[in-house]
Amino acid sequence: MRIHSTVAVLPNDNIDTDQIIPARFLKTISKDGLGDQLFCDWRYEADGSPKADFVLNTPAAKASQVLLAGDNFGCGSSREHAPWALTQYGFQAVLSTSYADIFKQNSLKNRLLPIVMPKDIHASLFVALAENPALQVTVDLPTQTLSWPGGPSMSFPIDAFAKDCLLEGVDEIGYVLKQDAAITAFEAQRPISLNTLA
Amino acid sequence: MPSNKPRTIIEKVWDSHMVAEKEGAPAVLFIDLHLVHEVTSPQAFSGLRARGVKVRRPDLTFATVDHSTPTTPRHLPIIDQIAATQVAQLETNATEFGIPYFGFQNVNQGIVHVIGPEQGLTQPGMTVVCGDSHTATHGAFGALAFGIGTSEVEMVLATQCLLQRPSKTFEVKVEGSLKPGVSAKDIILALCAKIGIGGGTGCVFEFTGSAIRALSMEERMTVCNMAIEAGARAGLIAPDEKTYEYVKGRKFAPQGEAWDKALAYWKTLPTDEGATYDYTTTIDADTLEPMITFGTNPGMGMAITASVPNPADSADPLERESLRKALVYMNLEAGQAIAGQKIDVVFIGSCTNSRLTDLRAAASVLKGRKVSPSVRVMVVPGSQEIKRQAEAEGLDKIFRDAGAEWREAGCSMCIAMNGDQLSPGQYSVSTSNRNFEGRQGKGGRTFLASPLTAAASAVMGVVTDVRSL
Ligand code: SF4
Repeated sequence: MRIHSTVAVLPNDNIDTDQIIPARFLKTISKDGLGDQLFCDWRYEADGSPKADFVLNTPAAKASQVLLAGDNFGCGSSREHAPWALTQYGFQAVLSTSYADIFKQNSLKNRLLPIVMPKDIHASLFVALAENPALQVTVDLPTQTLSWPGGPSMSFPIDAFAKDCLLEGVDEIGYVLKQDAAITAFEAQRPISLNTLA
Repeated sequence: MPSNKPRTIIEKVWDSHMVAEKEGAPAVLFIDLHLVHEVTSPQAFSGLRARGVKVRRPDLTFATVDHSTPTTPRHLPIIDQIAATQVAQLETNATEFGIPYFGFQNVNQGIVHVIGPEQGLTQPGMTVVCGDSHTATHGAFGALAFGIGTSEVEMVLATQCLLQRPSKTFEVKVEGSLKPGVSAKDIILALCAKIGIGGGTGCVFEFTGSAIRALSMEERMTVCNMAIEAGARAGLIAPDEKTYEYVKGRKFAPQGEAWDKALAYWKTLPTDEGATYDYTTTIDADTLEPMITFGTNPGMGMAITASVPNPADSADPLERESLRKALVYMNLEAGQAIAGQKIDVVFIGSCTNSRLTDLRAAASVLKGRKVSPSVRVMVVPGSQEIKRQAEAEGLDKIFRDAGAEWREAGCSMCIAMNGDQLSPGQYSVSTSNRNFEGRQGKGGRTFLASPLTAAASAVMGVVTDVRSL
């Protein structure tokens, strides 16, 4: 997985999943059609027309595969609709200094890379993009590196198992289903029966 | 497996649910109870169908509807067709996959985190998951309870296991005793304000200390419920006599010999003497005041007697900008008080504060008083069972006489998916758990507070310190 792209910038800390995809769009029973509702309440006027000055409505952002945001991205609700909406819009990676735990898990399961940056480099990317909005960054998953022209090359952490799954197309549910024997053995020797619903 | 090293309750529950641990891979953790609701499950059931896989343990799975269900009288149909389809889909899925289900018309329907404990499904030492971030509520019983996404819902349905890396342990010690007018909600809002909305990321909280021991089970649920609002994966409280007493005799609780065995096991759960945590913080219950949020995340909170902070005092530019944006959204000025701020709506409900003791607290303030004519007050019990109990005590009459609405059980205005919502620009004092922009309705502005503060504010029509009534 290698991404070479311009960057859409949302300079807010603690962007929560209610902003990423408001709850009223969660009544769907499918995963489809969420990209248009991404950041809906920041993105559209009351009459539904796009706000011209909101970053995701610019042609540049529409072509971007990378979103740069402030600290603690994806906090709040566990809705997986958030990474579904982000990937349907076209993002393949988010850059922040930290992520809420559930959002990070949900993203990795949807081929959206939650890239953790050290604070100083994160701040320097905001500056670099302010100077040159057309700047392109390169994200390389196999080597776990993020770089841009004139910037530092940094490596980012990622769960080794999640990385393998992403690179080799391993399906996590299939991986656990294959451990049926171990699960059956565990069930058979539960120290006490908690099977209270039966 | 367990060595003689002293362990926290978090590690004990974790260790006892380990199915497999492979070098480099996350642990395969067995799940004792999987709660399912209509919003985060449809795509997971579709996934099962696509794989041709059954639910491995329907006997450890339980479904109900709460999020997108109306709180209008139950004989009325669900008017919102999209919501009606979602509710019907859960019923179809539960039937097809053989999962026990409390439907919309069921006399025991309610918010998933309210009915789990109420029915005795939630028990000490369990691993509990739900496709919902407030699953930590069940931690009040000494269960390790995680909110999960829809892919993980599918995984647990298919395998009864979750792939998980161990979390860091974080002790939140609350010593002292709460003063009149101060409640469990204020403890957890104070924690969110102290460590921030991301302060517990990667961690599981254990709440300890004399002030926690003094809380009732319902109050403990309020505290654990909002662990996620301080960023934690889960939050729990070691079980004690109060826990056992609460669980005993409930519909799904162990009976007879099974009870004795379970009880003996539960008593081994509390954290060992000498066990250590990765992080620790303390909250002084003696000096705690009623809390209120002023901003657009639960960490932006303060004592109700304090004034709104000034973004200019923040050294970090992004933090300054976030605070500035929050105040613009809330239409508040740095340095102003929140007490006295005019409000339009009061919402008493949600999995944080919709249980019987919450309703009693609100009723104790509203009894013999009237709500301000300029304020809409909604009281939404967490379950149909709570509704019946409250009515048996005459609480519904107190609310109605005061001029408040008494509604059917559900999430309601906590998430504003079901038609109960704020209008743009309106202010609300809410006993729920999130004050994010638009959370309670597009453009709505939320002050999070306790049921006591909410009820006092309902009477005065402005944000009110209950101690001043
Ligand atoms: S009451 Fe609110 S927080 Fe609780 S489960 Fe419902 S929507 Fe989620």
